[in-house]
Amino acid sequence: MTPQNAKPKNAKALSREQMAWRAAQDLPDGAYVNLGLGMPVLAANYAPGEREIFYHSENGILGVGPAAKPGQEDPELVDAGSRLVTLRSGAAIFDSAASFAMIRGGHLDITILGAYQVAANGDVANWDALMPNKGPLIGGAMDLAKGAKAVHIIMRHNTKDGSARLVAECTYPLTTPGKVNRVYTDLAVLDVKAGQFIAREIIPGLSRDELTARTDAPLAFADDCSELVAPELRA
Amino acid sequence: MINKVVGDVAQAMAGVASGASIMISGFGNAGIPAALIRVLSDNDLDNLTLIINAIRRVDECSPALFGERRVARVISTSFRGPDAWPSNFERQWMDGTVALEIQPQGTFAERIRAGGAGIAAFYTPTAVGTPLVEGRELRDFDGQTYVLETALTADVALLRAQKADRFGNLFFQGTQANFGTVMATAATLTIVEVEEISDVPLPPKQVHLPGIYVQRVVQVSRS
Repeated sequence: MTPQNAKPKNAKALSREQMAWRAAQDLPDGAYVNLGLGMPVLAANYAPGEREIFYHSENGILGVGPAAKPGQEDPELVDAGSRLVTLRSGAAIFDSAASFAMIRGGHLDITILGAYQVAANGDVANWDALMPNKGPLIGGAMDLAKGAKAVHIIMRHNTKDGSARLVAECTYPLTTPGKVNRVYTDLAVLDVKAGQFIAREIIPGLSRDELTARTDAPLAFADDCSELVAPELRA
Repeated sequence: MINKVVGDVAQAMAGVASGASIMISGFGNAGIPAALIRVLSDNDLDNLTLIINAIRRVDECSPALFGERRVARVISTSFRGPDAWPSNFERQWMDGTVALEIQPQGTFAERIRAGGAGIAAFYTPTAVGTPLVEGRELRDFDGQTYVLETALTADVALLRAQKADRFGNLFFQGTQANFGTVMATAATLTIVEVEEISDVPLPPKQVHLPGIYVQRVVQVSRS
């Protein structure tokens, strides 16, 4: 891959909120979903309101509701990102061992995780960037990536120095091999299938050549590849 | 007559000695036994083993634990300290003066559950195919590969709950239980700080953790 700028010149990359919005559109009615820290957890703000979705939090909630309003917080009710939250109707609370039994046992439909790298064979690396001043953080990621029925990733297409995050083989330590189904980046929506990435949607103004140049792995384009258009969203 | 309620945190922590292995519950601020953690550092102990998911909160509650290098070993799911970098823990992480074992959170919880439930070891699919299982015992069942994980126990478990009665029965508020229910089963001495001591026994269906797993209870209001 030739070195790139972090972002394309002739097309407007999606914001964090827009990436989360796009990922949220694919959460079906009735799904049990775990959202990872960072961008994934924003997706709960953007799922279509008519869908009933149960958000799982690995510290022991099935049915996380919106953030608690000021003055109504319960300091002992938090999600896995330590946010003060509420519960939706039909929610349940349990301990960590039960929560991970639910995860490992294959009961969650989808997990959305952040990542450093995703490989064309579905490998994902998201817990150790091998930085001398940033300790590794596994948390629930390995159990979620292994146990959920579908693994979706939200991450920027390129690093700050323009390197690819979609790669032929992960160079960071793996979270789990071969499990990623779909990736939402600031440039495209891609499926991971049969050892390659398949672009399904691309932001307006970005050429297929540039997306290919920004991807360090086999990349194909779906027959019905379309424009990735997200609404303007406030941060 | 059974009465597990003690008068203050010093009595609650009596006998916790240098060299002890200590499980500390808590996720975010929920279920963090902050008062007990502070006594732990006041008591001039060293060579401690901490089994904790939340290094960050423990370092915040008691900067002296890592600041004065009283912890020799940590078993956890992440090696990140408080936001202000480097934290006391991160200094020890970077200079290698603490032995660290990192593992997936589900494996962490299940090892502790096994420890309290009389199960010596179990096979889990989590972490197979990652560097964490290099050199470890793997085994295939029905076409899937699993790694052998052994049970975890400890000398002491520190928990926070909302309510207790004199039998040591606990009621947890919100997401306070997290690792506490399994840690209590896996430790020889389980010490719990609670918001409220109930004068009457908790209704059986409100008992989230039976008192058989709890040795001492102390009332500490959330600050």
